[in-house]
Amino acid sequence: MSFISLLWVLLLGSLLGLELIGKVPPTLHTPLMSGANAISGITMLAALTLIVKAEGNVPLLIIGSVSLGFALFNVVGGFFVTDRMLAMFSRKPSNKK
Amino acid sequence: MNLPVIIKFVIDLLAVLLLALGIKGLSKVKSARDANRLAAFAMSLSVVGLLAYYLGTSGIAIQSWIWIIIGSIIGSLFGAILAKKVPMTSMPETVALFNGCGGMSSLLVALGVAIFPISGGQENFDFFKSLINEVSISVSIFVGAITFTGSIVAMAKLQGWLSTPGWTQSKVRHFVNIVFAVASLVAFFDLINGNTSSIWLLVIVSSLLGIGVTLPIGGADMPVVISLLNSYSGIAAAAAGFVVDSQLLIVAGAMVGAAGLILTQVMCKGMNRSLVSVLFGGSLSAQSTASSGSGEYTNITSCSVEECALTLEAANKVIIVPGYGLAVAQAQHTLREVTKKLEQNGIEVVYAIHPVAGRMPGHMNVLLAEADVPYEQLKEMDVVNPDFPATDVVLVLGANDVVNPQAKNDSSSPLYGMPVLDVQEARTVFVIKRGMSAGYSGIKNDLFDLPNTSMVFGDAKKVLNDLIGELKDLGVGEK
Repeated sequence: MSFISLLWVLLLGSLLGLELIGKVPPTLHTPLMSGANAISGITMLAALTLIVKAEGNVPLLIIGSVSLGFALFNVVGGFFVTDRMLAMFSRKPSNKK
Repeated sequence: MNLPVIIKFVIDLLAVLLLALGIKGLSKVKSARDANRLAAFAMSLSVVGLLAYYLGTSGIAIQSWIWIIIGSIIGSLFGAILAKKVPMTSMPETVALFNGCGGMSSLLVALGVAIFPISGGQENFDFFKSLINEVSISVSIFVGAITFTGSIVAMAKLQGWLSTPGWTQSKVRHFVNIVFAVASLVAFFDLINGNTSSIWLLVIVSSLLGIGVTLPIGGADMPVVISLLNSYSGIAAAAAGFVVDSQLLIVAGAMVGAAGLILTQVMCKGMNRSLVSVLFGGSLSAQSTASSGSGEYTNITSCSVEECALTLEAANKVIIVPGYGLAVAQAQHTLREVTKKLEQNGIEVVYAIHPVAGRMPGHMNVLLAEADVPYEQLKEMDVVNPDFPATDVVLVLGANDVVNPQAKNDSSSPLYGMPVLDVQEARTVFVIKRGMSAGYSGIKNDLFDLPNTSMVFGDAKKVLNDLIGELKDLGVGEK
């Protein structure tokens, strides 16, 4: 993949991000931040790549593994905590009735 | 193109689509929970796609599997445990911590690639050959380090482990930070010139820059900072995407980065602060001691819980203004009991939620939702402000700056211009508060001096418990 096309990807991705968040009710600011935060843990893919390509280089394997750990901490924790918050909103209607 | 490449391409495309739908759905109350799960699914899909791709092409060595499994298990386990255990009140610092770790991950990837140029592989993986790779490694390290140290400082400040040191409020901090920034730039150019060892200089100074930038920022502005750091971690992920040549990382990182910026902007608007003043203005309290805004209280009326209960019983309409103090005291459930009693007596109860009530926008909504407060009773500031003149009693629980009339009346006040709740328009205002200490901004609250305001001193939870007792004695809420 050439650098130029990667730049295009970056540009279009940013525009998509700007477009996606239009009007957000204040109620959802915290969960949205936390959910988006979990997605930024996508670097776990980079960490995986690093480990796969390490070819027996132990220091590199360790760096990759630690990086993967940090990323997954971010991803798993982020999604769980967001779900916990959102669960409190969604049980509301059923309680009302 | 062989089969693994095609499969990975399709999976990546699908993952991007699902992630976009996830972010979109997260901005609506109804779809938010499903959207969160959709995004989580998309993330796991992308992992499967990547692993399948490597299995189908270069293969994955046993040794690599071992390290993958070790890293995954430890990271996921700690993440899951923390996410389950953490109380809802410390949500802002939790998000900050997760965010910082995301930044750390990007930093480590770039560092790993920089120190150990990977040989072989399907793609051309010799990194230090092209300028682009050096730039993306530098950006990834720079942004990743700032995200990490900045988030950790933000977390420590919110937890109260770290206070704002005095020197950070003077002009010295700008000088210090500029030095760090220039040093990172020097390290960056040195790196491009082929001096690999300057990568450590870059790591160190950008880490220091992250600390130096976050440390002076006052607690009230912390949500904005966390949101901004969240945006940074997206940018760091995108930069890491350039490092390992992954479009998926670039798209997802860019989406989070851009969405984070918008969210930061929305939050700034809610607090009527510009991003520039949040980042470079220092904390509000520092400004207030400089201006003459402090001063003494002259006309404080304090009253007992009993009086408060009597007034509440006679009211027709009550507005509750919850703040962070309520969250700290874990009193949201007790509050719910009080309001239930009032409602049973036919009193209209509404909660006025300031956009930045709690420590993060929407934080108070989460806490009240946890206590089973019906969603319809939570009113946003613009909706509820015209109602105050027709309100009998306002209960201010652990909120301070967001009900300070100074923000409207006193142009010399540092709070001036911040949108506030007009509680003083109500017939009676009860402020439940532990003592006369100032709010997060450190500014005197003129509300407390007003004749229609009475202070009920005590811990929010204890006062509310006493209130339940008093209301019971008055026969409120028993049919």
